[in-house]
Amino acid sequence: MAILETRALNKRFGGLHVTNNVDLALEPGEVHCLIGPNGAGKSTLFRLVLGEHLPSSGQILFDGEDITAFKPFQRIRRGMSVKFQVPGIFKALSVRQNLEIAMQHHYEPAHLVAEIGRLLDFLKLAPDADRLAGNLSHGQKQWLEIGMAVSLKPKLLLLDEPTAGMSPEETHATGEMVQRLNADGMTVLAVEHDMAFVRQVAQKVTVLHLGQVFAQGTVDEIVADERVAAIYLGQVAETAHA
Amino acid sequence: MNATFRFFSRLEGPQTLGRGPLFWLGFLVVLAGACAYPLFSDGYTVGNTVYFFTWVFMALGLSLIWGYGGALSFGQTAFFGIAGYSYGVLTINFGAAYGFTLVALVLAVLFAALFAVLLGYFLYFGRISGVFLGIVTLSVTLVLERFMAQTAGPEWHIGKARLNGFNGMSAMPPLTLPWPGGDLVLFPDVELYYVVLALMVVVYLGLRILVNSPFGNVLVAIRENPERAEMLGYDIRKYQLGAFVIGAMLAGLSGVLYTSWGQYITPSSMGMTAAALPIVWVAVGGRSDLTTTLVGTLVVLSVFQALTIHGSQYALVVMGVLLVLTVLLAPQGLAFAFARLIARPFRSRKTGDV
Repeated sequence: MAILETRALNKRFGGLHVTNNVDLALEPGEVHCLIGPNGAGKSTLFRLVLGEHLPSSGQILFDGEDITAFKPFQRIRRGMSVKFQVPGIFKALSVRQNLEIAMQHHYEPAHLVAEIGRLLDFLKLAPDADRLAGNLSHGQKQWLEIGMAVSLKPKLLLLDEPTAGMSPEETHATGEMVQRLNADGMTVLAVEHDMAFVRQVAQKVTVLHLGQVFAQGTVDEIVADERVAAIYLGQVAETAHA
Repeated sequence: MNATFRFFSRLEGPQTLGRGPLFWLGFLVVLAGACAYPLFSDGYTVGNTVYFFTWVFMALGLSLIWGYGGALSFGQTAFFGIAGYSYGVLTINFGAAYGFTLVALVLAVLFAALFAVLLGYFLYFGRISGVFLGIVTLSVTLVLERFMAQTAGPEWHIGKARLNGFNGMSAMPPLTLPWPGGDLVLFPDVELYYVVLALMVVVYLGLRILVNSPFGNVLVAIRENPERAEMLGYDIRKYQLGAFVIGAMLAGLSGVLYTSWGQYITPSSMGMTAAALPIVWVAVGGRSDLTTTLVGTLVVLSVFQALTIHGSQYALVVMGVLLVLTVLLAPQGLAFAFARLIARPFRSRKTGDV
């Protein structure tokens, strides 16, 4: 059974048909990347899955349950977790507090401090534990948010352009972490521009174009697909023309 | 045992200033001073101090809603008025015997809470936030003021209690403690001082525990980034509503204490000026901490009263200027700006935070 499934999902903003009949299925334990040119509807689909937008029509199932009308926090409690593109952290609070807020209801109070310590070590943020999160470097903020998202022990991790603004080394390290989480059984859905990252982690790729599923397959199949190259190149040509 | 220890260990934590033996020693010294104060002062001054103390509850409630929760309520006086009038109506009808004034106090605070649940439900579950929350809450308190101001006619009464329009309600019995060998009437004097002081200590310490608890963690998380807080699985509306109701109950407590202290409440206690003043007290001291709110409120109130005595109509202007200066020069409050100023020469370069 798919862990996440969208059935004939549609979203219209006025006359704009941003998500057009999208059927998507994620098998448990896979790393699935959502790619496509700008304006393809990736972010909207992402927000539909998360519950920040409600679909015009269609269904979303999570772990066999119809969550189409669920509020975001209800979806999170069912076992989703998300990392946003712009680091969503609590800037005026310390790094330790950020993690405590994420973890306080998922661990026994007696073990909470130790668990936070372990996660701080894992994120390589232990020396910065008492700094304000807003004063971290961009890369550290991204790590902190990933840490917060992962600490919920989700079944499905949603990543919105996780490597945006990262150096190639940081991108690679993030990819390794995604692989490690995946090895522990976590399913991952990532919206991503960076093809190096997609090659590194993706087991399955869905290409969106004009709100529809344009192509689907393994990374190699997608890279070999000339139609996919064409829509990306087409956009490049248009941009160059403009 | 462990849970009890954890509970009390939350008296200090990341959400409150002041920790360690030195702070608590200072706290005890101040408390001892406050306890000894009536011995060195006359009845009038003590009664006047009680008047200052009654407002602190409303200020602490606003600090919780605004400073910690990030939602500016401009209408705390609505709850103040509802509880104050409720206390008046209840005690005028049922008297003060058998400690009923204490029951009236609890009921009046619960009425304020009930109204806050109703109002807060529509505000927070309707996802009204930011400046609109301030506008709606201000409107509510102004509507209540207008309504009470037109109840002058004899047809406006609840049981024996006449509402009396703009002149307000008076002659309700003061708080009365049942006591062996004669009830203890708490009229502006030493007994009331100690009761209010004790309430203030309990509320202050209780709020310190609350804001350092998981509830308080989520509250400041909502202030910092509501979307992220929701995406950690928190139903942020429930937390905001919880803080709103607690803040309203504290405003209600202020209302009851004020009404029983002066045996008097008028619609203007819910008017524009009354609604704006708590914001000045809380903002000037430093709204995002309970201690700075408490100290700031008492200082601003004392200054305000001194100004009122020496030049009545300018006091409000000075308050307005104070608020504007605070917002422009020290948006976190004067206590924090002052602390930063003092700390500057001592701050090591390595940490570089702030």
